[in-house]
Amino acid sequence: MDIVEIKNLTFKYPQQEVQNFNNFNLKIKKGEWLAIIGHNGSGKSTLVRLIDGLLAPESGEITVSGIKLTPESVWDVRSKIGMVFQNPDNQFVGANVEDDVAFGLENAAIPRKEMLIRVRQALERVKMWEFADHEPVRLSGGQKQRVALAGIIALKPEIIILDEATSMLDPEGRQAVLEIIRELNQVEHLTVISITHDIDEASNAQRVVVLDDGKIVQDDIPAKIFSHGASLVKIGLEPPFSEKLKEELVKQGIEVPDEYLTKEGMVDWLWQLFSKQ
Amino acid sequence: MGKVLLGRYVPGDSIVHRMDPRAKLILSFFFIVIIFLANNWQSYALLFALTIGSILAAKVNFAFFIKGVRPLIWLILFTVLLQIFFSSGGTVFWRWGPFNLSYYGLINGAYVFCRFVLIIFMSTLLTLTTAPLEIADALEKLMMPLKKIKVPVYEISLMLSIALRFVPTLMDETAKIMNAQRSRGVNFGEGSIMQQIKAVVPLLVPLFVSSFNRAEDLATAMEARGYRGGEGRTKYRVHYWQTGDTVGCAVFVAVLIILLFLRHW
Ligand SMILES: Nc1ncnc2c1ncn2[C@@H]1O[C@H](COP(=O)(O)OP(=O)(O)O)[C@@H](O)[C@H]1O
Ligand SMILES: [Mg+2]
Repeated sequence: MDIVEIKNLTFKYPQQEVQNFNNFNLKIKKGEWLAIIGHNGSGKSTLVRLIDGLLAPESGEITVSGIKLTPESVWDVRSKIGMVFQNPDNQFVGANVEDDVAFGLENAAIPRKEMLIRVRQALERVKMWEFADHEPVRLSGGQKQRVALAGIIALKPEIIILDEATSMLDPEGRQAVLEIIRELNQVEHLTVISITHDIDEASNAQRVVVLDDGKIVQDDIPAKIFSHGASLVKIGLEPPFSEKLKEELVKQGIEVPDEYLTKEGMVDWLWQLFSKQ
Repeated sequence: MGKVLLGRYVPGDSIVHRMDPRAKLILSFFFIVIIFLANNWQSYALLFALTIGSILAAKVNFAFFIKGVRPLIWLILFTVLLQIFFSSGGTVFWRWGPFNLSYYGLINGAYVFCRFVLIIFMSTLLTLTTAPLEIADALEKLMMPLKKIKVPVYEISLMLSIALRFVPTLMDETAKIMNAQRSRGVNFGEGSIMQQIKAVVPLLVPLFVSSFNRAEDLATAMEARGYRGGEGRTKYRVHYWQTGDTVGCAVFVAVLIILLFLRHW
């Protein structure tokens, strides 16, 4: 069964000339984990915002969990979808952890008695209950994203959309978030749509869609996509930071070692380079 | 500034901490009003007794209150001196041009000093024992009647709580931008006034740009989480008016009655 179905979608931002999507089609199966990759500006965020009804298409049809997306049904559709965005700080509405989780429940007019139960369960689920009274300034990025996930879990959606939700996190924070997503996908069979530049995150998916200027250029299982030989950079996956730095240094005419350097290796090499000069 | 605005709340579990923030807010205002009824030593003594009693009930360190007075000490001294030298009446001890040191001047100066200290102590007690968010909640509840004249009370209170939530975030960001600009050679708090104003521009511009981005992100995130205006939402945080609050109000009213008697001692 398809939980998301996009038919002949056409969309463009009012103030822009170019069409973002032109006769775009995509089906997402219930329970599937779909990764969307593509370079910056290829339309990934725009696509998921269209699915959530945060943007309205010019033409075409979007159906989510059997509900056709219209201005009247948009709140019903949104209640099926939970979205986590990139910047952990800019989606934290509540004054503290439990308040933030409750925000969505308050919007959905859930009675307070049930709210108390759901907030606690959701926070225990993401291992953040002991931080219930913490303000966002006292939390790491990874903890904030876990709180954002709790806010979604409490609302019991069918689909979780992650729009580069782990891109600002350190490796541990990223692992913790992905661990929760994996569990939600495998145990509760939630459909996951994750936009990512991270190859590890993408390889968790059952299916990867590569987007290029509003068109699907590849649609396959991760192993196939990553073995296509095409440079990962070209399809919008980030090489590690040290590799990017190396590339920039070469552009500056600085000789760099050929072998792969870890972050620590890079630091060592850099200060050795400096002290030689 | 973060410390002044928000860092003052000291979590605790005293009777005062547990009081309904509405009660605390009302009583603080009530207290400030009745201070102006005090007109002799007996009535000021009564108000001091009430203040010290409240502080003891809150079980917070007295040092916080001294700290509350310190930033205002010059303003207080200035006002007190004005009172002392410019009011006349009673025995005059000393006179020079428009200045005179009189018995009433001294008494008035002392009263003004007491008023300042009482107001600062009581408002410090409010902010020490009540989280900023609780104050926002209390304001929302107390503003409820204004809904009748179409004041968007829910929205105002959400605005207030989001603003409170973002103060520390923006504070952090300001510090980061200052460091970044310093590393590029901008000097903050040095040089002539013109130079200082110039130094603020590279601080404010990125801060504004990022605040607007944050605002847009936050609006999208709120909509994605089903926010569609304040109407029809349920509330996670509730405050219950308890016996303690009624008793607190009763004590303050009793003090008012005694105060009215003491005025005509
Ligand atoms: N709010 C907006 N207004 C106008 N144009 C936008 C807006 N958001 C994105 N765009 C444009 O739409 C295109 C796709 O952007 P986006 O969906 O954010 O890409 P991605 O998430 O893949 O990086 C880009 O060319 C971008 O400039
Ligand atoms: Mg994007």
